[in-house]
Amino acid sequence: MKETLLSLKHLSIDYKIKGGYLSAVNDVNLDICPGEIFAVVGESGCGKSTVAHSIMRLLSGGNAKIEGKILFDGRTLMDCSEKEMESVRGKEIGMIFQNPLDSLNPVYTVGNQVGEAIMLDKVEKQEAMRRAIELFQNVKMPDAKERAGSFPHELSGGMRQRVMIAMMLSRNPRLLIADEPTTALDVTIEAQILEIIKELKEQSNTAILMITHNFGLVAEAADKIAVMYAGEVVESGDVFEIFERPMHPYTTLLMKALPRKTKREGRLETIEGSVPRILDKKPGCRFANRCPYAAELCRNRTPGETMVSETHRCRCFLVSGEHPSKWKEA
Amino acid sequence: MRGRGKAKETLQACLKNGDFMVGFAILLSVFLVAIFAEQIAPYGYTEQLVGGKFSPPSSEFWFGTDELGRDVFSRVVAGTRITLWVAFIGATLELLLGVTVGLICGYFGKWIDRIFSFLTDLTWCIPGTILALAVVTLLGKGLTNSVIAISLVSWASYARPVRAKTMSLKNMAFVETGTAFGESSFSLMFRYILPNVVPSLIVMVSMSLPATILSTTTLSFLGLGSQAPSPDWGLALSIGITYIVNAPWLSIFPGIALVYTVLGFNLLGEGLRDILDPHMKSQ
Amino acid sequence: MKGYLIKRVLQGILLIVAVSILVFSLLYMMPGNPVDMIVDRKVSVEKKAELAHEMGYDLPLPEQYMRWVKGIVVDHNFGNSTRYKVPVVDLLKDRIPRSLMLCGWSLLIEMLIALPIGLLCAIKKNSLFDRFTVVFTLILTAMPAFWLGALLILTFSVGLKILPISGFKGPEYLILPVFALVSASIAGTIRLTKAEVLEVLNEKYVTTATAKGLPKRTVMVKHVLRNALIIVTVQVFMSVPWLISGAVVIEKIFDIPGMGGLLLNSIIVQDFPVVQAVLLIVAALTVVCNLISDLVIGILDPRIRISMGGGDK
Repeated sequence: MKETLLSLKHLSIDYKIKGGYLSAVNDVNLDICPGEIFAVVGESGCGKSTVAHSIMRLLSGGNAKIEGKILFDGRTLMDCSEKEMESVRGKEIGMIFQNPLDSLNPVYTVGNQVGEAIMLDKVEKQEAMRRAIELFQNVKMPDAKERAGSFPHELSGGMRQRVMIAMMLSRNPRLLIADEPTTALDVTIEAQILEIIKELKEQSNTAILMITHNFGLVAEAADKIAVMYAGEVVESGDVFEIFERPMHPYTTLLMKALPRKTKREGRLETIEGSVPRILDKKPGCRFANRCPYAAELCRNRTPGETMVSETHRCRCFLVSGEHPSKWKEA
Repeated sequence: MRGRGKAKETLQACLKNGDFMVGFAILLSVFLVAIFAEQIAPYGYTEQLVGGKFSPPSSEFWFGTDELGRDVFSRVVAGTRITLWVAFIGATLELLLGVTVGLICGYFGKWIDRIFSFLTDLTWCIPGTILALAVVTLLGKGLTNSVIAISLVSWASYARPVRAKTMSLKNMAFVETGTAFGESSFSLMFRYILPNVVPSLIVMVSMSLPATILSTTTLSFLGLGSQAPSPDWGLALSIGITYIVNAPWLSIFPGIALVYTVLGFNLLGEGLRDILDPHMKSQ
Repeated sequence: MKGYLIKRVLQGILLIVAVSILVFSLLYMMPGNPVDMIVDRKVSVEKKAELAHEMGYDLPLPEQYMRWVKGIVVDHNFGNSTRYKVPVVDLLKDRIPRSLMLCGWSLLIEMLIALPIGLLCAIKKNSLFDRFTVVFTLILTAMPAFWLGALLILTFSVGLKILPISGFKGPEYLILPVFALVSASIAGTIRLTKAEVLEVLNEKYVTTATAKGLPKRTVMVKHVLRNALIIVTVQVFMSVPWLISGAVVIEKIFDIPGMGGLLLNSIIVQDFPVVQAVLLIVAALTVVCNLISDLVIGILDPRIRISMGGGDK
């Protein structure tokens, strides 16, 4: 077995809001190894972005309460000082964001913004710019040299995302967190960006944590996945196993909602209802109000994680065998 | 019923808002002083030589006496009425002008709107106080004239948001329904559109009142507003500053009264803004 | 950028022309005849008509206006002060620099104090320092400039006796007026800086800057302050005219022989040529400040610089 690079243990995050706490993430366990693409999938508002930001300690303000452990290469990131965190960010863990226009500073050239990161490793300014251009070439930016002198708003969405990737790869991090990296882009650009990410994994053995709501993207790129719902990981494990044999009703429904390549399969299915806001943690499965198989038991007790196999875990009474009705293959 | 529920909700929000409550309490005290000025003030504000000239504050003359031997405390008390009067007249004038022009420009648009934009650009070319000074030159000195001058200078700040709001409301379904039923332009503007602008208007009035009071006081201080023997705080301060070395109390007390009142309006305004127009806060 | 600027300059000129027409007609909006304001009441009607002819008051108004404008543009002649009986230019020559000095120093000091405080308040929102500043600025906004001036005189001149009360005989005479003017307008600048910084702090590019490992100080200065300054700078330039009107009051309190004091006295004694000249100069200054702020925002914000550039292609 490979050694783990990033490990989340019983991670729970609550946001302090008017008159109580909002449970954004609850008891999440993940392990990511070097050279592996780990995808976290879920609808918007399921807490996947919160997980990503918490690893980098980027959750703003003092109104997020974090419990559990975030271990990176054996270090507990939550105990690090702000100074130590500065040396982890960018150097050990890089992060790219959903909307590359908002995520780049409008008043500096993209070359400057990438060079600025490189210069953190005590590199001369000219050398940094040379390397920035090299990085732009690596992420297949057309006219890399001229583009380095452009401002973000002069570039297309795809080019901006390339800038983001170049920026975050500039210091060769061992883990790259990609928060919805292709959501704001169109399909052809999406494929190119995905290609860059996959190359990165193969060439430099970087671990990648990919946050997405797009199951198609997962199928194409990921090695392992975790399906999140309302702040909890409902099913996780090897991507092939889960695609072959989804166990959780939510996963099954998500897959049905996936557009097929053949048109004959008829209309796209949707999941009724929306992700609930969990204000108080009371017992019960968080998916119960939308689950077609929900029984009395599901509303009164919280299901634990069941090991379906060595590389497949699921949080559902149907799987643990406690559910009154037998699990039907969906 | 829904309206009443909403009013109750707003009232509760008011009671919970610290700024609003403090501002309200301050203004309430100012109002009470203004109403009972005769009962509170031990002397008439024009009564001379009640205790010698330039007596420092004492148990008899709390705020001392001035250059004509008048009781400063009585004059400060009498001054509350002037300040509240200024606030009232100023707000009314600015509202009338601003709302009417804003509604008309927003509703009719086109060339009327162009003229309005040019006029506001023009008024922005000359800073408020200086423009007001010029207007007072035309109208002549005096308190009422200086309030009119200030209002003429500052109505544009009401007109702008009203105009913007009118423009966006004009195309909304309920106004169009009104048009379909043959309502006149006048009735559409005042019965359909105006009520929707009221919450932001309340906020705007309460936010701009302190500025109106301060500007009018400034004109009085400069000798163009209230004239002697008015107990106007601005006038009192302009006289007080001449004697600041030997009789500082002449400058201190009217100033404190003014700051207290303006602070009350400021707090009330900020409180109201948070309650009625939470979106404005981020700006 | 060039095309945009030319358009703005033309707009500015149009505004100044409109202001000049208004300022010119000021004289005729007054009751009575312009000649009556100059001469004694006892002067005979014939003598007055003669004077009116001599001064061109009998010409049609547009022609009078053109003569007036020509006098200003070509000969820098704003006419003669009816009170001091000397050319207005001579009156202004010494006074304008004094007022500009007062405003300039105030602006500089205000920035030096307000920017760091605003930044600190935004970064440490709800800290003791922030709360104190909120209360402090609230009280400061409720204080009229003239009372602040009075308090400063009381403290430093009457109480501590370390600074002169009034007049204008040396640099130390400028200290109190500048501080009075700064105190009167600083609250707004602190609040604006804080609000802008808070807004920028929420921007995603700040998260990116942190995520790539920049130290907090670099993030704050290079990414937050730089972007917040764009709006703040514009506001500062726009506030110059406001400072000038504040200077009217401050000059009166501290008895500084500047442009504000001249305007005030001229209004009181109805010395119209002087009033007209000062109003025109202030309006021109405002237009110029607006132009400069447009230029500055273009330099600081590449988005606008480029959209300006796109405009004249």
